[in-house]
Amino acid sequence: MEYFFFIVRRLMWSLLVLVGLSIVIFMIARVVPGDPARIALGPLATTEQVANLRHKMGLDRPLYVQYAVYIGGLVRGDFGQSLLTQRSVALDLRTAFPATLELVLATIVIATLLGIPTGVLAARFKDTWVDNIGRVVSLLGVVTPSFFIALLLQLLVGYYLHFLPVNGRLDPSVSFTPDITGLVLVDALIRGQPGVWFDGLRHLLLPAISLAAASLGQIARITRSSMIDVSRKDYVEAARAFGIPDLVTTFKYMLKPSFIPTLTILGLEFASLLGNAFLVEMVFGWPGMAAYGVRAILHKDFNAIMGVVMITGAFFVFVNLLIDVLLGTVDPRIRIRGARS
Amino acid sequence: MTVSGPNKGGPVLRVDDLRVAFSTFDGVADVLSGVDLEVHPGQRVGLVGESGCGKSVTMRAIMGILASPPARVRGRITFAGEELLTMGRAQRQALKGTAMSMVFQDPMTALNPVFRIGEQLTDVVRWADRRRGLRRTASERRARILEVLGQVRLPDPERIFDAYPVQLSGGMRQRVLIAMALLNRPRFLIADEPGTALDVTTQDEILRLLNELVRDEGLALLMITHNLGVVREMTDYVYVMYAGNVVEHGTTDAIFAAPAHPYTRALFACVPKLSGGRAYAGIEGTLPDYTRPPEGCRFHPRCPHAEARCFERPPSFDLGEQHHSACWLHAPTEAKS
Repeated sequence: MEYFFFIVRRLMWSLLVLVGLSIVIFMIARVVPGDPARIALGPLATTEQVANLRHKMGLDRPLYVQYAVYIGGLVRGDFGQSLLTQRSVALDLRTAFPATLELVLATIVIATLLGIPTGVLAARFKDTWVDNIGRVVSLLGVVTPSFFIALLLQLLVGYYLHFLPVNGRLDPSVSFTPDITGLVLVDALIRGQPGVWFDGLRHLLLPAISLAAASLGQIARITRSSMIDVSRKDYVEAARAFGIPDLVTTFKYMLKPSFIPTLTILGLEFASLLGNAFLVEMVFGWPGMAAYGVRAILHKDFNAIMGVVMITGAFFVFVNLLIDVLLGTVDPRIRIRGARS
Repeated sequence: MTVSGPNKGGPVLRVDDLRVAFSTFDGVADVLSGVDLEVHPGQRVGLVGESGCGKSVTMRAIMGILASPPARVRGRITFAGEELLTMGRAQRQALKGTAMSMVFQDPMTALNPVFRIGEQLTDVVRWADRRRGLRRTASERRARILEVLGQVRLPDPERIFDAYPVQLSGGMRQRVLIAMALLNRPRFLIADEPGTALDVTTQDEILRLLNELVRDEGLALLMITHNLGVVREMTDYVYVMYAGNVVEHGTTDAIFAAPAHPYTRALFACVPKLSGGRAYAGIEGTLPDYTRPPEGCRFHPRCPHAEARCFERPPSFDLGEQHHSACWLHAPTEAKS
């Protein structure tokens, strides 16, 4: 029960964070120099035309009124019109966000599935060559900027070896619109098009690997150190003294408690993941939030900027909430007491 | 010279010249330098000494949970007539938690916080069954666990079975640890200072319970502790350890009546008396550095009776049928013999 209130409380805080975020971004977007109406109409437009557009966009009204109008739309799911695409921002985001989401999900899957075993192996064979290789690779992953890895992979795997495509979500010859969930791999499965699915996977691999390197390294490092930490606990010695087999001790009695710090890190890792995703998307011409967001910022497309930031922010907040819930399922101490002890 | 202790069909556990060394940054730490001890069926044996004297290393060596390397174990540990240190890995593994079992010391850390009590206990039974080729259904195992949880007098075993450690008090968790040790009907139990992490009244209850269970089941017990009160109440025979050596051993009555070794005497003098009087200052000096232990008797740098021959290692001298001390003070003098 306490745990339920704990979740509700976290939910309220998340909402507050999003309100704060919207205010800050709203202000920043309007404070930076440059008139969006002027940019949109070009240098040849008359002052009158610019004033007209400003009026139409509501830019001549006081800031707090503009904000209230914007929030009023937002709660109805209306992000306003984009100056640049002349479409509703909500509609634009419906195609851009799933592209980024697909990339980020693939990244998390790769980073977790490879990071945790690497950490476990390094801990199990601590101070041997296995551990050393694991540690060096993890560290390299953490310290190398993801866009650099992206360029390197493009050059090596894409350009020289021709193994994998280096641009876009699908081959131009493939006509497929992911219109169910927006995720190519999921929609291709639902529609029963294995060819499209395979093409989508091939396009996804390189960007996801470049993005995953840093998180993979971080997860491996945290898993390694918490496995070593846990291996010195009395309950592990007890498991050994009672003749529980080594593999069971390692993968059950050690891995589950070690997973708690890893999960916490995963939540934080998400922030840098979203940031890095912008760079990697640019490198691979991935039609996600990055392409859309960068264009919006260059053109001072207010509603588009707000949309990108709000969706990214909401996603981040949601993921961290999700991590809190997951932590509760893994760690009964959180679930029962609402705190670790 | 007779073998110490009553000999009813041989000891359950016999440790001969046990030596354990660890490689450290400062060189080789010679922690145990020839420990001998015996535990007979149904006997309750105490192993006393201050923290760091090698009690826990002895216990880990017996249980086979010393990580080696870095530990180097030599000597002989015989359990029920079988040599533990040379037997096959599978055979050694099969004994763990079954014929020989262990009550862990700290109820707050010896249970895994993220698994239910029932799941942890079930694994202890399940893997032991598998090693012994015993076929039991899940519900039979569950029944056995609930039975033992009742035996350690935990109220509502069903609820405990489904609880996480965090939902139980320290005393309850300690009872769970005792239950864990008893699950597979051991013949020999090692208890590592059970209850020291609990408050005094709870500890007292726990020790009483353990004592009763050991008597009822006719178990042999090796109790590791630094608490002399516990030793007096719960054991028949005592080994006093100092810096990796057994310095004195004998029946509990004999040792409490007349502690002989200077270290034992100093240890007894440290116990505050209820009748008041000046608090004892403790024993001068500290435990030696195990990488450079003193030659001969390891206690001599702290001993008020130290003399030249203490640089040679004293053998165990008989003080009586069942009382032995490893101190030159107790060497039979030429005149008497």
